[in-house]
Amino acid sequence: MSGAKVWALHLAVLVALFAAQYLLPPYHATNLARVLVLALFAMGYNLAFGYTGLLSLGHALFFAGGMFAAGLPAYHFGFSAGPALILSLLGGGVLAGAVGLFALRTAGVSFMIVTLMFAQAGYLTLIYFNAWTGGDQGFAVPASGRSLFGFALSSDGPRFAVAWGLFALGFLVCLALVRSRFGRVMVAMRENEERSRLLGYNPFVVKLIVLVISGLYAGLAGGAWALLFGYAGASFATIQYSILPMLYVLLGGAGTVAGPVLGAALMFWLIELASGLTSAWLFLVGAALVVLVLFAPKGILGWVREKVWRGLP
Amino acid sequence: MSFGPFLLLALMEGLVTAAVLALAASGLSLVFGVMRVVNVAHGEFYMLGAVIAWFVTTLVPGPAWAGFLVALAVAPVAVGALAAAADRLVLRRLDYDPEATIVATIGLLYMIQQAALSFYGPDARPVAAPFDWRLQLPWFGYSGYKLFVVLAAAVVLLALWLFMTRSKVGLVMRATQVDRDVAQAFGIDVDLVYMAVFGIGAALAAVAAVLIVPIQQAHYLMGHDPLLLSFIVVIIGGLGSLRGTVVAALVIGLSDGVISMFFSPTLAKILATLLVALVLVFRPQGLFGVRDR
Repeated sequence: MSGAKVWALHLAVLVALFAAQYLLPPYHATNLARVLVLALFAMGYNLAFGYTGLLSLGHALFFAGGMFAAGLPAYHFGFSAGPALILSLLGGGVLAGAVGLFALRTAGVSFMIVTLMFAQAGYLTLIYFNAWTGGDQGFAVPASGRSLFGFALSSDGPRFAVAWGLFALGFLVCLALVRSRFGRVMVAMRENEERSRLLGYNPFVVKLIVLVISGLYAGLAGGAWALLFGYAGASFATIQYSILPMLYVLLGGAGTVAGPVLGAALMFWLIELASGLTSAWLFLVGAALVVLVLFAPKGILGWVREKVWRGLP
Repeated sequence: MSFGPFLLLALMEGLVTAAVLALAASGLSLVFGVMRVVNVAHGEFYMLGAVIAWFVTTLVPGPAWAGFLVALAVAPVAVGALAAAADRLVLRRLDYDPEATIVATIGLLYMIQQAALSFYGPDARPVAAPFDWRLQLPWFGYSGYKLFVVLAAAVVLLALWLFMTRSKVGLVMRATQVDRDVAQAFGIDVDLVYMAVFGIGAALAAVAAVLIVPIQQAHYLMGHDPLLLSFIVVIIGGLGSLRGTVVAALVIGLSDGVISMFFSPTLAKILATLLVALVLVFRPQGLFGVRDR
C-alpha cells in the first residue's frame, strides 16, 4: 500500500478527532481529552507489546513516574506546564531505561513478573514518601502549574488542544517509527528473536530502545494527565494502570497504529455507559479481557488487517 | 516488655503469617509447577475462601466451632470447583499459552473481585474464632487459636506432600509435570489432571483464608497482599518446588513479623519486592532451587 495513502488516512483520523470537540457536547469533549491522553499511554504500550512482543505489567510505573515528575515540581516549586511536561518525558524514559536494564535480561512470564514487581516497588515508594507525594490521597496540581504559554489548561479549549496536540505528536511519531527500518527490526524481535540475532541485530539493545521510547510515551501521558486534569496520586501507579493500556491495545488491535486510540475510546465509553447502569464496571473490564483473549486476540484493527486491508500499519 | 519477649512475640506473629503464606503459596507453586500457568487470580480465590467462610458461619446455627468446621469443608470445595470450571472454560481453550493465561487470569481477578463487591459488599466482616483459649506466657498472653492455625497449616502441608509423593494421583500429577506429552502417550488424561491441579491450587488458597479469617476480617480486597507475598515466596523458593516454597514462606513470614515489628512495614515491602525482581533476573531458579534439567 502506498505511503501517501497511509499518511493521508492517519492524518484524516487526527483531523476527525480534532473536529470531534466541536461536535460532541462539552462533557464528552472533556472525556475525549481524557481518552486521547490514555491513548497516548496505550500507544507507548503498543510499541513495546504490539510491535516488539514485550508484554509488560509495569507500565503504570512509567505513567506515574511522568505524572509525579511533572506534578511534584509544579506543586512544590511552582514549575509551569512547559518544563513540567519535559520533566515528565524524562521521568518516564529514565524509569523505563532503568527497569529495562534489569527486566530485559528475562523474557516471557519472568519479564511480566519482574516488571510487575518493579511497578509495585514504585507504588510503595510513592506511599512511603507520602509527606512529599500525598500517598494514596494524592494532591491537586496548583493553577500556576497548569498554564502553558499563558493559556490555562483547566479551561476546555486549551485542555483539549494540548491533549490533541500531544496525542497527534505521538501518533505521527509512532507511524513514522513503525514504517522505518527500525520498526521492521522491532517486529523481527517479536516474531523471531534468535533469527534477528543471527542477522546481526542485538536484541537487548533494540528492546531497551523500544522500552525507553515506550516509557517516554507513558511518562508524557502521565504528566499530561496531572496537568490537564489537575490531580496526581499514587493510585495511578497500581497494577490497574498497567492493565488498562493492555486492554485498550488488545481491544483496538495490537501492532496497529490506530488500534490503541480506538480501543481506548471504545473501552472508555463502554465503561461510561455501563457505570450509568451498574456500579460493577470492573466486572466489564475483567470480562472484556477474558473474551478478547479467548475469541479475538488480534483485536478490531488486527481483524481488519487480516480480512480487509493487509497493508494497514 | 524487654527485648527478648518482644522478639518472641514478633517471631510468633511471623510464624502465623508464614503458616498461612506457605499454604496459599503452595497452591500457586503447584499450579505453576504442573501447568506452567501463573495464576494472577490466586489472591481472589483466597478472598473467596474468606468470604464463603463468613457466609457459612452466619448460616450455620450452634456454637462457633461448628460453623467454622463446616466452612473449613465447604469453602475449599466451592472455590476449587469454581477454579476447575475456570480452567475448563477459559484456560484450556487458550491451550495454556503462558502470556494469554496471565491476561485471562487478570480478567478473572477483576470479575471475582467485582462479584464479591456486588454480592458481599465493601465492609470488612469478622468471623468468630472456633474457640478462645489463651496461652499464658510469663510476659504476655497469646491467642491459642493462632497456634492452632500454625498446627493446622502444617498438617495440611504434610498431607499435600504425602499426596504428591505417595499416592497414585500425585504420581500422575508429577508425571504430567515432568513431561506432558509422554504422560499423555502413557494414557494419562492430561486435561483432567490440569483441571484437578488448578482446583486443588485454588482450594489450598481457600483453606489458608478460612484459617486466617478469625484473625483478620473478610474483605473483598484482601486477596491483594497474599497474592503478592505468594509470588514472592514462590519465586524465592524456586518456581514449582514445594519444599522451596515452604522454606521461603518461613523465611519471608518470620522476617516480615520481625521487620514490621521494629521497622516500617512499607519499607520492608519495598525491599522485598525489589529483592524478588532481582532474584528473578539474576537467579531465576530461586534462592533455594536448582537449575532446571
